[in-house]
Amino acid sequence: MTEETLNALALLSNFVLVPAVAYGSQLALGALGVTLVYGILRFSNFAHGDTMAFGTMFTILFTWWFQSMGLSLGPLPTALLALPFAIVLCALFALLTDKFVYRFYRQQRADPVIFVIASVGVMFVMNGLVRFIIGPNDQNFADGERFIIKAREFKQMTGLAEGISIKVSQGITVITMIVVVAALFWFLNKTRTGKSMRAYSDNEDLALLSGINPDRVVMVTWILAAALATIAGTLYGLDKSFKPFTYFQLLLPVFAAAIVGGLGNPLGAIAGGFVVAFSEISVTYAYKKFANYMVPGDDWKADGLMQLLSTNYKFAVSFLILLLVLLFRPTGIFAGKSA
Amino acid sequence: MKKLLISTVVAGALGVAGTASAEEIKLGVFLGLTGPIESLVANMAPAAETAIAEVSESGKLLDGSTVTAVRADTTCVDAAAATAAIERLITADKVSGVIGGDCSGVTTAALTNVALPNGMVMVSPSATSPALSTVEDNGLFFRTAPSDARQGVVMTDIIMERGIKEVALTYTNNDYGKGLADAFQTAFEAAGGSVTISASHEDGKADYSAEVGSLASAGGEVLVVAGYLDQGGKGIIQGSLDSGAFDTFVLPDGMVGDALPEAIGSDLNGSFGQAPGTDSEGAGLHAEMASGYDATSPFSNESYDAAALIMLAMQAAGSSDPAKYKDKVMEVANAPGEKILPGELGKALEILAGGGEIDYVGASAVELIGAGESAGNYREVEIKDGALSTVGYR
Repeated sequence: MTEETLNALALLSNFVLVPAVAYGSQLALGALGVTLVYGILRFSNFAHGDTMAFGTMFTILFTWWFQSMGLSLGPLPTALLALPFAIVLCALFALLTDKFVYRFYRQQRADPVIFVIASVGVMFVMNGLVRFIIGPNDQNFADGERFIIKAREFKQMTGLAEGISIKVSQGITVITMIVVVAALFWFLNKTRTGKSMRAYSDNEDLALLSGINPDRVVMVTWILAAALATIAGTLYGLDKSFKPFTYFQLLLPVFAAAIVGGLGNPLGAIAGGFVVAFSEISVTYAYKKFANYMVPGDDWKADGLMQLLSTNYKFAVSFLILLLVLLFRPTGIFAGKSA
Repeated sequence: MKKLLISTVVAGALGVAGTASAEEIKLGVFLGLTGPIESLVANMAPAAETAIAEVSESGKLLDGSTVTAVRADTTCVDAAAATAAIERLITADKVSGVIGGDCSGVTTAALTNVALPNGMVMVSPSATSPALSTVEDNGLFFRTAPSDARQGVVMTDIIMERGIKEVALTYTNNDYGKGLADAFQTAFEAAGGSVTISASHEDGKADYSAEVGSLASAGGEVLVVAGYLDQGGKGIIQGSLDSGAFDTFVLPDGMVGDALPEAIGSDLNGSFGQAPGTDSEGAGLHAEMASGYDATSPFSNESYDAAALIMLAMQAAGSSDPAKYKDKVMEVANAPGEKILPGELGKALEILAGGGEIDYVGASAVELIGAGESAGNYREVEIKDGALSTVGYR
């Protein structure tokens, strides 16, 4: 490969591949939570974005506390240490909302749409609580090393004109995603509780007849959903920054990811996360420089930006994907339940 | 009952007549106490209140009238909230003049929706959009900040003198950002430079890697960031440094503040920019007077001057009625007359009371031109060793 091609690939990796993989992992974790609730409790949990914010808020508070005590993980962010505590608190809150809100409607055997509207109410309550406790502003809680490799170091190492930078937070995101997903799948496929959850999801009445305790299934589902939301939110906050409003906005790409993959299908949620992330970033990227590396000679050099869609329309991409999937394949790529 | 009514009206009328000589004047301090420039406003609002306190304590305004400040929040970005806030200032608090607004978008909304129909004078210390030069204002709107048309020219000079001919440009998607970006692009291209891309960014997002990606693809020696230091501007710079897209940034007035190098760190070294400011005697005097705030922060001097101009114009007109003193603002700001510096407001009030003339210089070397806006003095800054340092004045 010529140096020009290598430069082009480095450029694309730096601005499309690396950010999209990290963002995709965050979306995948978020979508897993949505899909789990949908598959087992049978409703679209609109409060999931704010559950992410809620859990992340606890991570931040614990991080600050640990920092004030001088605890740290060296090059890794302290937030990782705070994460388990945050998960416990977030799961407790999720169980409380279930006890006081959703259980009532479950006993009534209410329509899914009633659950959805109830979840909108829960969303606003959580939204308000987060703003009340930690405030509506940006919070930066990343500490430790910032980069696995800096663009400048990469350039010096390889002698290329384009650098690739990988942040520690991006590395952690991908590794955590793989570990969490592996653990989740092991849990769902190999453990007794996991199997009973899948049975409950497949056919509620049959599951009840064969002696599965529904309360236990619901409880485990909420704990898992809260844990996934907290992990996804913390990773997103570490990589970007924490602001309650942006977490609320995350709801759209997260739902798009879950629906694209097929609601209720965990594998689909992961694929959906990456589909949405790669589309958002690759559609709004300006390919001018990339193209100029790839074409021979100066005559072919592009003047325009070669950008399909302005970055301001990033959210429109999620909408568009959602629309196309619902129109042409309502069950999603991996044929989950019809949305 | 009828008698009671009449007597009330008479008493009321007498009351008004009685206070005509010495009244309790209220001035609105209408700045973004919350929002994207709240870290700048922390040094602007106290500056305006310093001038107000100085005049009030001198006891020389309109035969011993007292002046108090009433704060209201523009939010900088939410036009509806700003409109409601200035409405409250005028109708409920009954202010006689408004110092503000701060950001161009909310200032325009407050002026056209509320101040204009109510005949209220507004003197903005920091709204810099070129569009405000030509807005319909019935002579009620002034600003001690220069138009960004001027800043575009100054920024072009600074960049050109450093031998840079090709820049990428990003701006916050509002009246201020767009106005400044257009003014700069026009000036820079007229001077022979080229702007590879002029792309907007939205404030308040967690992630700017997509925006940075397209800016990097367009290329350029430096990145001009016409945004806000507490908001998207900071995000764009952080994203550019993280991905190695740009190393050097040009920082216009909305980006100049200590919070930026504190947040970004040493990677910002070598970036440069400009904000309204002077090395005049007045700025130094104001810095000495300032207690509890930083008078060298952008627009702090302009805020002091905005408040001072309103009160001096009242004295010159002999009335706190906006309809009467609005015509005197330009007079007290410009020559001829005795030059007035910060801390000399009492003296100025005496001269005006005696029928003399003043030329208010103030903290920012005020010279109002055109439709009542500052001619513009800029402080050139550079980030050295992780802190803002002043390179020179122009």
